[in-house]
Amino acid sequence: MVPMGRLARAGPALGGAVLAGAARLLRVPHRGARPGADGDAAAPARWEVVTVDRPPEQVLPEGRWPEPLRRLDGAVEVRVRPAPGDRGTELAARPLAGVTPPTGLAAHLVGDDPGLLVRRTLRQIKQRVEAGEVLRADRSALDRPEVHG
Amino acid sequence: MRALCWVTAGELAVREVPDPELRNERDVIVRVRRSATCGGDLPLLAGRHPLLRPGDVLGAEFLGEVVEVGPGVRRHRAGDRVVVGASVACGGCWYCRQGLHSCCDNAHADLASADPDWARSDAGCFGRPRAAGGFAGGHAEYVRVPYADVSAFRVPDAVDDDRAVFAADVAPTGWLAAELGAVRPGDVVAIWGAGAVGQLTARAAVLRGAARVLVVDRHEERLRMAERHSDAEPLDYRRTDVAAELRDRSGGRGPDVCVVAVGTPPARSMADRFGGQHADRPDALREAVHACRKSGVVVVLGGTGGFVDAFPLGALTERRLTLRGAGRPDLRNVPMLLDRMARDELRTEHLATHRLPLAQGPEGYALFRDRADGCVRAVFAP
Repeated sequence: MVPMGRLARAGPALGGAVLAGAARLLRVPHRGARPGADGDAAAPARWEVVTVDRPPEQVLPEGRWPEPLRRLDGAVEVRVRPAPGDRGTELAARPLAGVTPPTGLAAHLVGDDPGLLVRRTLRQIKQRVEAGEVLRADRSALDRPEVHG
Repeated sequence: MRALCWVTAGELAVREVPDPELRNERDVIVRVRRSATCGGDLPLLAGRHPLLRPGDVLGAEFLGEVVEVGPGVRRHRAGDRVVVGASVACGGCWYCRQGLHSCCDNAHADLASADPDWARSDAGCFGRPRAAGGFAGGHAEYVRVPYADVSAFRVPDAVDDDRAVFAADVAPTGWLAAELGAVRPGDVVAIWGAGAVGQLTARAAVLRGAARVLVVDRHEERLRMAERHSDAEPLDYRRTDVAAELRDRSGGRGPDVCVVAVGTPPARSMADRFGGQHADRPDALREAVHACRKSGVVVVLGGTGGFVDAFPLGALTERRLTLRGAGRPDLRNVPMLLDRMARDELRTEHLATHRLPLAQGPEGYALFRDRADGCVRAVFAP
């Protein structure tokens, strides 16, 4: 994805005005490098991107980061632009360099792939916006008190 | 409640499992009245899916009565008799808005971890491993149905359960095959496989105006069924030169549309693996590609085919064929198919060759897997 602009304001409150205009990029300042996907320690992390089939003003109402992305404030940078072909909004995020890795349960869930947490977060935003809710799996018999047959 | 669970490779059992519960606002709980065996279950039964866990409930095709409704559901209420499409789909993503429900982006719980390389999964499906959506199957007394306004369809009073249960997957898959083939009035259509999907593909082609529909198989009872219920011409490949017969019956042109509905190829033997056969050889697909007329369409149906070797790519390119595929149907045709069922244009109950109580689920799957006793589909009632 080719950057199309830059926003100098960091954090989840991006301001409604930034959503005006045809093609734009919302991006927190780049704070350095982190290991990239190609094994280059100096390369920035790869962007994770999802296309949400809604206009930017619905993906980021009033220009604010939606939940659960807001929880990653300070840990990721985000960029947004209209998808070509009237297909909604391309929402991208990647971990910021130099941010302390998650600890405890979060680290257990994410393992050594912080991109997984970013992908999951983007997925949840997409589900919230397009389907109105984040889909939950059935609880299997293994997850619940044992019932004998 | 009781449900048909996977135990280990080749073994199923009816067990007591926890009742399902509403997990999202758009869910309903359905009390199952009928559920049908499905070809996509066979690789699971054989233990060919590494993520299947003992206790997982099978069953992608079912019909029942709504007994509990989430606060976000608008189209259904308790007491509705509904058939539930095999594809779980949100209705709001780009694919769903194009009518491509089987490609839904939002029908997996925790998709990012199930699909770490990003978003290439298709729609969710009932009765599959957690990585294929996270939804228990319909071979049970009760099932949770996500996105119920999109996935569940009220059944007209004129359509009984034994007919309507096939609107979950088989009938829409057959219709989708005819759609993908762009079957038009006057077309000659050839279908490999006279199972339930093949038969309803034949019927769909007839309803769309095909001049001739030919079905290729080796099971006489299935071929007779296709002839009787789908107005198809049977071709027994054990006794007929299929390629010559198809040329003959299409004026030397070849069929306009060829549909491969032979299901999932059997697992490779250890001898095959060590003998260098690295993937299944798609004999029916090869025959279809070679038989199809120039610039015709070949449609391949099937859920978990994996890789195949020896695909005749040269024939595809030299003769300008179009190759299309589908694993599961979209939901948009289900109401239309239920209407056709109500008008008796589409009869499906003959496909339920074995009607059994859920308690005999393991026996029903053995019949279905082995095609024993003329079994086309086993249908269970809890």
